[in-house]
Amino acid sequence: MHPFQYQRSESGSQAVAIVAKDSDAAFIAGGTSQVDLLKEGVHQHSLLVDVAGLPLRQINDFEGGVRIGANATNTEAAYYPAIQARYPAVSEALLAGASVQIRNMATMAGNPLQRTRCPYFRDLDQPCNKRTPGSGCAAIGGYNHVHALFGASAACVATHPSDLAVALSALDARVQTTGPRGNRTIAFPDLHRLPGTTPHLDTILEHGELITSIDLPAFAGRSHYLKVRERASYAYALASCAVALEMDGAKIKRARIALGGVAHKPWRATPAETLLAGQQPTEKLFQAAAAAAFADAKPLEHNAYKIPMGRNLLVRALLETSGLQPLQGPAGTAFAASVGGMAGQVATPN
Amino acid sequence: MLTEATGQPLDRVDGRLKVMGGARYTAEWDLPGLAYGALATSAIAHGKVRALDIKAAQQAPGVLAVLTYLNAPRLQPMPEKVGGTLFRGEGGITETLQPLQDATIAYAGQPLAVVVADTHEHARYAASLVHITYDEAAPELDRATASRQTLPEAFTGSKEEPLQVTVGDPRAALAAAPVKLERVYESAITHHNPIEQLATIARWEKRNGADYLTMYDTTRGVDTLQEVIAASLNLPKDNVHIICPFIGGAFGSKGWLYAPALLTAMAARVAGRPVKIELRRQDMFSTAGQRGATRQTLSLGATRDGKLTSLQHDTQAQTSMVSGYVEPCARVSRMMYAVPNLGFAHHLSHLNLPSPCPMRGPGETVGGWALECAIDELATELNLDPVELRLRNYADKNPETGKPFSSKHLRECYARGQELIGWAARNPKPRSMREGNSLIGYGVATTMYPAARREASARATIFADGRALVQSATHELGNGAYTIFRQVSADALALPLDRVHFELGDSALPKAPTTGGSATTATIGPAATAASQAVLSALKKVAILDKKSPLFGATEDAIEARDGRLVRKANATQGETYEAILKRAKRPSISAESTTKPGDEREQFSFYSFGAVFAKVRVDEASGSVRVAQLCAVYDVGRLMNPQTARSQFIGGMSMGLGATLMEATHYDDRNGRAVVRNLADYHVPSMADTPDIIVEALNIPDPHISVQGARGIGEIGCVGTPAAITNAVFHATGQRLRSLPLTPDKLLKALAS
Repeated sequence: MHPFQYQRSESGSQAVAIVAKDSDAAFIAGGTSQVDLLKEGVHQHSLLVDVAGLPLRQINDFEGGVRIGANATNTEAAYYPAIQARYPAVSEALLAGASVQIRNMATMAGNPLQRTRCPYFRDLDQPCNKRTPGSGCAAIGGYNHVHALFGASAACVATHPSDLAVALSALDARVQTTGPRGNRTIAFPDLHRLPGTTPHLDTILEHGELITSIDLPAFAGRSHYLKVRERASYAYALASCAVALEMDGAKIKRARIALGGVAHKPWRATPAETLLAGQQPTEKLFQAAAAAAFADAKPLEHNAYKIPMGRNLLVRALLETSGLQPLQGPAGTAFAASVGGMAGQVATPN
Repeated sequence: MLTEATGQPLDRVDGRLKVMGGARYTAEWDLPGLAYGALATSAIAHGKVRALDIKAAQQAPGVLAVLTYLNAPRLQPMPEKVGGTLFRGEGGITETLQPLQDATIAYAGQPLAVVVADTHEHARYAASLVHITYDEAAPELDRATASRQTLPEAFTGSKEEPLQVTVGDPRAALAAAPVKLERVYESAITHHNPIEQLATIARWEKRNGADYLTMYDTTRGVDTLQEVIAASLNLPKDNVHIICPFIGGAFGSKGWLYAPALLTAMAARVAGRPVKIELRRQDMFSTAGQRGATRQTLSLGATRDGKLTSLQHDTQAQTSMVSGYVEPCARVSRMMYAVPNLGFAHHLSHLNLPSPCPMRGPGETVGGWALECAIDELATELNLDPVELRLRNYADKNPETGKPFSSKHLRECYARGQELIGWAARNPKPRSMREGNSLIGYGVATTMYPAARREASARATIFADGRALVQSATHELGNGAYTIFRQVSADALALPLDRVHFELGDSALPKAPTTGGSATTATIGPAATAASQAVLSALKKVAILDKKSPLFGATEDAIEARDGRLVRKANATQGETYEAILKRAKRPSISAESTTKPGDEREQFSFYSFGAVFAKVRVDEASGSVRVAQLCAVYDVGRLMNPQTARSQFIGGMSMGLGATLMEATHYDDRNGRAVVRNLADYHVPSMADTPDIIVEALNIPDPHISVQGARGIGEIGCVGTPAAITNAVFHATGQRLRSLPLTPDKLLKALAS
């Protein structure tokens, strides 16, 4: 671990000011991802400004929706009654991720800012444009089992690992920030970037810009998150999807779909969303939507499996969200989100 | 009258200590003046170090020394053999590369420098400042095209373990067989990943003018490590002391690769103070051993009614450039079924990858998987129940050697296992069962483990306060050794459990082999019993010669130990306590040492444990996810020393087998030979949510020939068999054969699409 200075911040504005004036400084909150990266030498910050003590932990009803303070833990948000009841996709995404211990530490602002799980990013002896701009991409032509189908570039094929971000994208959450140039609101789907020629930049946040809350806008529809992983718990998604459906009688008024594990950011499946609007939900329709969602997928050597997996997953998520098929567990829990469920004969609570 | 402790389901005697944090593991020892070492390792897999720039590291805060091949102490070559086990050459068990001796690089992650500093953090930071340049050569990473390919004669040099064998004429018999089946099975590289990483502390002292080295190490072979260290550093063996009272899991690692321990000893020598090196998790993927990948071809010939006429099992194994270790995949095929024509071969390719070593069920886990999947495929070909096919080929004697088995009750295992899983109630037709989104399947596999026994010594001491101590240089790696050897010793000493202690994990104790091969129960149990009997015999002699003893003048034969007393067999009221005898003789204690080893019975019988494993799986067809709904096993392992610790061994092994089947794999970049997966977030071992309630039963029928205890070892049998039972269940669920471990969703989806 490179030596670094550590400082607790007194206020958001002080934290922003300190980080803004040192290009190697960074914020730290829950530390569940940051500390790993420091230990592996992937992050080599000069200064860590601890924002965990800032009064940004409240979760409140807000403008018909919910405002989630940046420092609320993943656990607190997942079990917040209004979130579990009205935005089950958020609780499902949170509870299907990490472990209890990590969720108790990780913050709501930190979760969407975690770095990629591309293994080459974490190995200092391999080239990686995201870690060391200009060094090359080892994943292209290497072992690219967990990499992107959409929006990748010649510089980077990494995917974003956050489950939460996928749900927030589908729900068009809003990110409130304070930064060197004042406060602003960012639409969640705009928060993360595609890699392009600057894969070292994960988001559009400026250096020193601090997330203060994540706002879930008012929403009267149904939402759901589904995740496939290589083991039943504590694993990143091979593929995931979040669906938000608003109905008009028996017809879909508006569908929003975000795909996880397939791009450098939560990937909004706009062609599928368009196709679903105004339609009567049927399995056939959902299959057409899934086909549309993955029509432009560009697989690498080892990740083509994500195309059928992602399509099947989206069909199931739409069936379950629309009520054509039952959820695999109570809404807002990991049981609903986890494809395959748990080992054993125990029936999942329903 | 004391109840016999052996065979009771007792709690672990060290359980509370472990749960409360009182059990001291290697990295937790603190010595005065302790310094810390960190490794700088090779970025490339093949070539030479061109230059090592250590200036920045030397100038970093707290740095005490930097060792490279240019300044490190010189080492003697790795010994040819230790304790009869072949170390060097094809089939040898260990890595022969002695660290920091020259510029050659055999694999990525190979240690190239050690930085010693005053704190752990300083050492690791300074190690990151060591700048290494290379003369890189193209690494050899492909088994099929490797330039060095061999046919090793024997596993670890043992005459019991030939690797190239033909009995009868398997090829001609296959050609003539009415039913033929040839299948290729592949398994991935996997890593042991015990939760405790490898660690060593080394301290040099002068004692009577001579160099004396004390090492705390995570080894499961204190005596073997003592010999390797002494030989490598050119020290008298008695000047090396190895200590390891607790191991946080090993699973085959921590036994046969010595670079971390040697580097620590060298670093302490150069730094002039005690040094600790604890490997990072990333380093566990390069310097701690692994199970090599395999490609196995099974060729079966059978009659239409399911009698095997020919079985040929050919393995393409891989090892590093600096080891001859070969995964002995035919260990199950060579003994399981009554087949007149039997052959197996092992072909070894040397690659620029880290060295493999044994991993729980070496050979058996992946070799047994291939065999038991092929048998299942044959059952499908013949339209026979897979259990029935196995019964039709039931072996009453070893098909390779012709020796009868010492004790075999496998039929009972199959029968009981079928009841436990509900075998008869399933629809045997593949792809015929469904629950919700899932396809349902049932699978079976036979399991086995060689029932090894080795030579070992133990010392028993009875103290004048009535307590006793039994000691042997064996190991506690979570196996329950402290517990069961205390039980065995208490019974042999006729003392209650709480008056007997068992000590292990120290090279100063009576000699014991490296803990491995599921041999510890059958090896140490008899030694502890013999030492206990020997000390009682010595105590009897004291009493017999003591005029004040009620046993004065008796013959030894006429005296027995009962409830902490020596008494006349003819009249138990005539006798006295051990304390009374010792106190009157003014002796604080009395000791005796015994050595036991297997004998002639090994020539007469073939020693194996057996079992039947049954699995029920759910396969989510849309995602390719497999979950194990039920896992049941019935084992024939001789007498159980402690049903509770035994159950832990069985379910632990089965969980590990489940991991190998469904998720465990370490990928190496096929361009540069670097491990791509290097942490426990990306290397998946089963979580609780992957592990069903596992139902385990043991027949508990003593083996009349193995030892006085009648107990065969159980450390590995759970890991063997489980992979094939699950894989066969996946076939029954889906109708698709998957012949590549692990069965990850990508492979399932591909198979289901076909």
